[in-house]
Amino acid sequence: MSSFSTYADGAAEQRPNRDVIISVRDLVVGFGDRTVVKGLDLDVFRGEVLGVVGGSGQGKSVLTRAILGLVPARAGAIRIFGQDRDALAPTERRILEQRWGVLFQNGALFSGLTVKQNIQMPMRETREISYHLMDELAMLKLELVGLPPDAADKFPSELSGGMVKRAALARALALDPELVFLDEPTSGLDPIGAAEFDELIGTLQQTLGLTVFMVTHDLDSLYSICDRVAALAEGRVIAAGPLETLLESDHPWLKAYFHGVRGGRLSAAHIEHKDEEWKPAPTTR
Amino acid sequence: MTVAAKQSPPKFSRQRSAEGVRLSLSGDWTLIASHRLEEEAHRMVEEARGDRLIVIDLAQVSQLDTAGAWLINRARHELARRDVAVALEHVRPEYSTLLEEAHYRIFEAPARPNFNLIFILLSDLGQSIVDALHEFYRGVSFLGEFVSSMIYVASRPHRFRLTSLVAQIELIGFRSVPIIVLINVLVGAIVAQQGIFQLLRFGASSYTVSLIGILVLRELGVLLTSIMIAGRSGSAITAELGSMKMREEVDALLVMGLSPIEVLIAPRVLGLIISLPILTFIADMAALFGGMIVSWWYGGISPVAFASLLKEAIALHTFLVGIIKAPFMALVIGLIASMDGLATKGSAESLGRQVTSSVVKSIFMVIVMDGLFAIFFASIDY
Repeated sequence: MSSFSTYADGAAEQRPNRDVIISVRDLVVGFGDRTVVKGLDLDVFRGEVLGVVGGSGQGKSVLTRAILGLVPARAGAIRIFGQDRDALAPTERRILEQRWGVLFQNGALFSGLTVKQNIQMPMRETREISYHLMDELAMLKLELVGLPPDAADKFPSELSGGMVKRAALARALALDPELVFLDEPTSGLDPIGAAEFDELIGTLQQTLGLTVFMVTHDLDSLYSICDRVAALAEGRVIAAGPLETLLESDHPWLKAYFHGVRGGRLSAAHIEHKDEEWKPAPTTR
Repeated sequence: MTVAAKQSPPKFSRQRSAEGVRLSLSGDWTLIASHRLEEEAHRMVEEARGDRLIVIDLAQVSQLDTAGAWLINRARHELARRDVAVALEHVRPEYSTLLEEAHYRIFEAPARPNFNLIFILLSDLGQSIVDALHEFYRGVSFLGEFVSSMIYVASRPHRFRLTSLVAQIELIGFRSVPIIVLINVLVGAIVAQQGIFQLLRFGASSYTVSLIGILVLRELGVLLTSIMIAGRSGSAITAELGSMKMREEVDALLVMGLSPIEVLIAPRVLGLIISLPILTFIADMAALFGGMIVSWWYGGISPVAFASLLKEAIALHTFLVGIIKAPFMALVIGLIASMDGLATKGSAESLGRQVTSSVVKSIFMVIVMDGLFAIFFASIDY
């Protein structure tokens, strides 16, 4: 790995004053005698869509869960919004946790609540607003993620896979977070649904000025909405930067990933249509 | 620097100018301000009500989210309804997309069904009667399915899942032994203590042994064991099958051409049918032991005397009455637990409901069965 810079980030070097929203330094996470994340460094900048890729079992989920505080880190520092979460008092920690939204891979909607109640859950628990406004905001979020109004009173078990993802995204956006974590948002969706979802994430990211941390296996998502891509292997970031940089990399895993049977077709198409590529506008909040 | 310190509450100030009234908004118009945000938006409408032209100036707004944008739009809409002309000024580009996205519209609420208390009461009553009948029908058909699949398995013994059966016997039978022994020793002791205490007044405390012997062997041993197993293993079976149903594991079996009754339910119900008589026997012995200890210690009846009194008081059929009931109790518990498990719908709440209903129903049915057996044995004079 020494031949390859473990932390290559062209964009950051060009614009050193960009606001870092998540910074991970020398992170080590393990379970029992197995270390999954081994000294990982990663920065997420405000207003960008970062795609995190990596083979199965290379630490993508563990990294996400460590940033979210669901698994303890053995060593290293994670700073979110410039704060070390572990050093915060419980109240401050809760406030910090309200500034992000998470879309879990299988939605993780509360099965005993309707879609509307699911979206209202974070508002109900943390904000003192009238039921009338809560209803309006829930319906607004529902419309933002492209669900029909009659989905509001349905239970998660009555929804299709794509609708579950949309409803879960609406819940993640309930408090207008600055930062959104998406765990494989397009997995289990058909190509049309996946493309729509990508587009939705792109639109919402621009409208709401979101920073998006997206774990994905979907090469289409990487091409269409990610500003930067971080590739994980063996518990480290082997490369991070705009997709073009990663495409040119000669790291064996990246070559196999982007220029393999599936990736190759897409990267060829990507180079052909480079001019028409969708590009998110820089947003501030 | 804390996160909270950065917040500044949403505010607005009102100035009268030549062309009308100018409302200058400032601070964070975000949901973090909670009810403050709502009140401020409401005040905006109240204060501007009498005017003809309003300019809402967003220059000083430090943060805006969908909730803030929505409330500003709602205020605009309400003012427009009162014939007040409203204009927005100094809208930053990122706010204008947000304001556009959160433009005011009325969300039509889905039509509510007729809300009549008597109507609902009657329909609920009818529904629960129909449900109860359905349940009974399902129970009988489930029993039929179980029996037919047992016959099918009996004709092809090599298909029988012995390993699974043994595992279930360990889980249901073997691992329940300590708790069954414990509660039955205690109940035997309590019955003995009460018997001695009450019968002493008539000078008949040696009849305590008959009381313990008959009561424990005929009724208490099997009843306590069944109730304990309904709570312990019935709930486990329902929860297990219910979560398998939720994760589509039951459907996976079906599409492989396997019968869930044969694969999942038969080993569990058979495990119960084999375990419960054994546990009942253990329970009987434990209760007699508890009774013996208390009789000795509290009533002065030595174990030797206890044994000979017991021999006079009971016959083999006293013991058999209890043991014969056990497999039927097991069948009822097993079928109710499996049926309720398979009736689980997608939600976690539904699983909880099914487990509760399984335990309540099996304990109820165990007691009903015991009553039916009592009538039966009395009428055949056994």
